[in-house]
Amino acid sequence: MVAVAVLASLPYVVYANVTELLVNLFVLVTLATMWNLLAGYAGLVSIGQQAYIGVGAYIVLVLARNGMSPFVAIPFALLGSALVALPTSFLVLRLRGAYFAIATWVVAEAFQLIVSRIPSVGGGAGASLRGMNGLDPAVREAFTYWAALAVVVAALLGSYLLLRSRLGLDLTAIRDNEIGARSVGVRITLAKRIVYLLSAAGCGAAGALLIVSQLNVQATSVFSVQWSAYMIFVALIGGLGTIEGPIVGTLIFYTLQQTLADRGAWYLIILGTVAVLMAMFVPRGLWGLVSDRFDFRLFPVGYWLHWRRPTTPSPPLP
Amino acid sequence: MVWVNALVQGILLGGLYALFACGLSLLFGVMRVVNLAHGDFAVLAAYVALAIIAGLQLPVLWTALVVAPLFALVGYLVQRFIVQRSLAVSPLTTLLVTFGLSIVIQNALLQLLSANSQSLPSGVLASGSLEVNGQLSIGYLSVIVFVVAVVVIVALQMFLSHTALGRQVRAASDDQEVANTVGVNVRHVFGIAAAIAFATVALAGVAFGMYSSFDPAAGPQRLIFAFEAVVIGGLGSLWGTLVGGIVLGLAQVLGAQVDAGFGVLAGHLVFLAVLALRPGGLIPARFS
Repeated sequence: MVAVAVLASLPYVVYANVTELLVNLFVLVTLATMWNLLAGYAGLVSIGQQAYIGVGAYIVLVLARNGMSPFVAIPFALLGSALVALPTSFLVLRLRGAYFAIATWVVAEAFQLIVSRIPSVGGGAGASLRGMNGLDPAVREAFTYWAALAVVVAALLGSYLLLRSRLGLDLTAIRDNEIGARSVGVRITLAKRIVYLLSAAGCGAAGALLIVSQLNVQATSVFSVQWSAYMIFVALIGGLGTIEGPIVGTLIFYTLQQTLADRGAWYLIILGTVAVLMAMFVPRGLWGLVSDRFDFRLFPVGYWLHWRRPTTPSPPLP
Repeated sequence: MVWVNALVQGILLGGLYALFACGLSLLFGVMRVVNLAHGDFAVLAAYVALAIIAGLQLPVLWTALVVAPLFALVGYLVQRFIVQRSLAVSPLTTLLVTFGLSIVIQNALLQLLSANSQSLPSGVLASGSLEVNGQLSIGYLSVIVFVVAVVVIVALQMFLSHTALGRQVRAASDDQEVANTVGVNVRHVFGIAAAIAFATVALAGVAFGMYSSFDPAAGPQRLIFAFEAVVIGGLGSLWGTLVGGIVLGLAQVLGAQVDAGFGVLAGHLVFLAVLALRPGGLIPARFS
């Protein structure tokens, strides 16, 4: 709470370039959290969440062209992305493992190709966001920052509450043993569908933030698989299956990116190598190391909770 | 006649996709592993071929003789030291690890070489074609690639069904524990399968490099086409992969005939339709 209050007051205190950096950080934390929700808790490795980043961004673009304030459009981007994800979920959730991963990727590619063919949203060349001209840049940046803060807090708090709920237990059960979960009465497809839609909604909101902060959108970059690389690296380095992981991962990502800013793609090479090594040797990431060593959690939802204290009698099943 | 031409070109393009996809199909069939860096290794092979041409002045077809064994070695090492290790963590880890590898290869190529697109000099092969009549011409290169694809698939099928090592591969694929107890070194055998798969990837990379230009970021698109061919045809069946490649090639060429920008999208739509209607693929089968 204190942290959120401090962060919320920042636009009054610091320069715009700090809040701009923080907006990018918040977007990345949101994205990695959404990816982590699918992979770290439901065992669904998606390489296509960029589909909803793009959908969210384009929804804001279209609504702003029809006279809506881009900030008001952000919740619509969130809902719209979930709505688009609903029919898609019927296709991709029938699949598992690599099938699911690549099918989601192909869906994102198909979205990009379709959007690039619509001339009214700029086709392949992209388009710029209108409806911001009346705003003073300082006010616009402050609003963007608050919007990003609201989205990232909602994403983190939402995931926390979700994972503490019965659905969270269902999801971890599915990830750990799908057949076992089914046999004890978990409604697998429903649980997966809910988390898929939530993840799409979060990515849509992140996409909306991207267009609001950058003021333009281009199909090939907003639907780029690069976003999946970012999400995966951040979540793997920070800690798969932990809420804190994406925050830790994002901090490392940005530190490395800023330090190696003038060395081209080296930060991605290093991050990718580290992420690969983490996945192989430290599957629970940096936060996993920290929380195992010090038994400390910011958001106690870890699936290690009962495993670490086998003497605690488990509560009777409802 | 325009459509007949498109039909022929589509089938021949399918040969290239099948050549691309058979390594993916083999690895999935044997180990249930999808190598998401498949396309990037193919691009890497094309760059290695380019370096060989520049360094040794070899003609382009000869580079395949160097690149394929080299990549077989790479494949064996990648399998033993990376894929096998991540399989031990969880099957999903192999996806994450190979995806990470894909991004690393792309960016390393970008950083060490450049984003400029390259192509393999193939002289008369690329330009020469058999003119059947005014509207139908068949490029030598695409026929050669198609024939190579069929030969590779036949050879793989023969290897799996008629050799002792092939039997070991199938045994390890069916049941690792039992294969181990009857004396099959499962890890080594999986390494061999990966070596073969990577050799075909190298061939496909060289073929694609002659077909069209490539750049460091070209890998993912190649992976997607290869995976689409595997899934359309039916997982774990090499003949299915050939059929899948041809269906994908036809969808792309015929789609592009309708509208120049529609080709790739048409391929994606056919793939998604197959996933929705026949998730087992058109020719579902196991190696037999």
